Amino acid sequence: MKIAIASGKGGTGKTTLSVNLASLLSELYTDKNIVLVDLDVEEPNSALFLQQSILKEEIKYRNIPKWDETNCIHCGKCKEVCNFNAIAQLPKLVFIFNELCHSCYACSELCPTQSLPMKPMRMGTLQMSVISENFYFIEGKLDIGQESAVPLISQTKKFVKDNFPDKSIILYDSPPGTSCPVIEAVKDSDFVILITEPTPFGLHDLKLAIATMQAMKQIFGVVINRAGIGNNEVEKYCSENKIQILGKIPNMREIAELYSKGKLIYHEISQVENELIQIFENTKSLLEHR
Amino acid sequence: MKEIVIISGKGGTGKTSITAALAVLAGKNAVIADCDVDAADMHLLLSPDFAYKEDFYSGKIALINQAKCIECGKCNSVCRFNAISVINNNYTINEINCEGCGYCAKICPANAIEMKDNLTGKLYISNTRLDNTLVHAELNVGAENSGKLVTKVRKEALRIAKETKKDYIIIDGTPGIGCPVIASITGANYIIVVTEPSVSGFHDMKRVFELIERFKLKSACVINKADINQDIVCEIKNFLVLHNVQLIAELPYDEVFVKSIIEGKTVVENDEKCKIKASLETFWEFIQNINK
Repeated sequence: MKIAIASGKGGTGKTTLSVNLASLLSELYTDKNIVLVDLDVEEPNSALFLQQSILKEEIKYRNIPKWDETNCIHCGKCKEVCNFNAIAQLPKLVFIFNELCHSCYACSELCPTQSLPMKPMRMGTLQMSVISENFYFIEGKLDIGQESAVPLISQTKKFVKDNFPDKSIILYDSPPGTSCPVIEAVKDSDFVILITEPTPFGLHDLKLAIATMQAMKQIFGVVINRAGIGNNEVEKYCSENKIQILGKIPNMREIAELYSKGKLIYHEISQVENELIQIFENTKSLLEHR
Repeated sequence: MKEIVIISGKGGTGKTSITAALAVLAGKNAVIADCDVDAADMHLLLSPDFAYKEDFYSGKIALINQAKCIECGKCNSVCRFNAISVINNNYTINEINCEGCGYCAKICPANAIEMKDNLTGKLYISNTRLDNTLVHAELNVGAENSGKLVTKVRKEALRIAKETKKDYIIIDGTPGIGCPVIASITGANYIIVVTEPSVSGFHDMKRVFELIERFKLKSACVINKADINQDIVCEIKNFLVLHNVQLIAELPYDEVFVKSIIEGKTVVENDEKCKIKASLETFWEFIQNINK
């Protein structure tokens, strides 16, 4: 089972929900592997809440063309086929702007003299660690200065697919927003939990996130974090649009303080543990009745 | 004229609330730009009139002409983005996955694939209730946030600021460290990082300052929710000293931020205790002075 935890707005509690839910599930389902995957590769934070032993660390690359001048006939085909302006051609020189390249291979494969072989370029790291006997944690981390998160998210997901059987419970901690990194993180998951705050900012961005999930034909439900702080508009919107609220995490200063120290919240506050169980039960029942 | 960009690394640290407060303090003397095109929220506090609206096209997207398609499958075999699949016996483009590289169109032996312009969002220019101009944008669902729409928002704000002779452009940035952030900060005059004293707030802040140092930009820091964790506040302060970055405000954890958002106001218009207001006024003075 693959569950993505996402939100339109940043800072609504994606990581809090991901780490607490994953940890709780690992205690409740001792016969299953729980795999938490941090796909917020620009700013991965889940690791800060977990005591982990690192099992494996890999440098991740993506392929980009590298000019080999030996046989180049300066025909200009590479520049012509590149839709991203990633290739500049001077009379005796071909120059690749690595950051603009989308790794589509068109220039490389359409070059009549094979002068642009695809070569690996470092973009970040991937780490696998073990938290407890049945609880694993995978983190993708983008190198600073790298612009595109999507290829690293995609490779991190592939690593998980190759290393863990389908019967594991896999949680994706996704990046914020509604654009390409989120799409990459959420696609092919069985269920998406959208977490929001009951404020006008939260509602506005929740609507964008819902539109994104609908465009992707994803099954989803909503969790309200910091419940009680704002107004009832998020609940009203969900009930009017028949969107299930999976659970609510209350607004408590104690939660903010535990979070700030990097502590798991459900260990200290039993109300949160009950809500997490409810969120998972509701998720399972929505998945069974789809 | 100076461009001031407010970013945070981590989301939800109070970036937009603080930017909107600066918009109030700067008043008529600023153009406001919301570069968080992925989830633009500032307009909710500034009552814009959406006076001008423009479609924003960026890049291309593939379209298969079924009448011409000979079903050879070559397009599918070259696509690196898993954007072409067979649905009801027709080769079909998945518009969310298509990155617009055009490789399929170039090799299609039947010329059945056309690359059409991709509508990725909308740009708005508005007069606000503060009697200044707001430039903001909305990215379409699932569109690529390559930073081009961010750049467009900044360019429009710059043009308006020049034409109307304003001293400041105040820019709300995006969370993260990737292309939209890089597009928001490159070439700006001053970067303000709003952080919070949590393990994640501090972690993300360090990554953002590394990015700022790489671009050799001038910067300062604001700690929001400063009373949540004194230990991390100390760590943040040590970090700032080591990196020679000035701390210009420490704001307490206060639900007046949320209360203001609900009332559609900014925190400086709604702070009964005046403490936050006073800190933000000092902050704004600081910004005015760095420009002298």
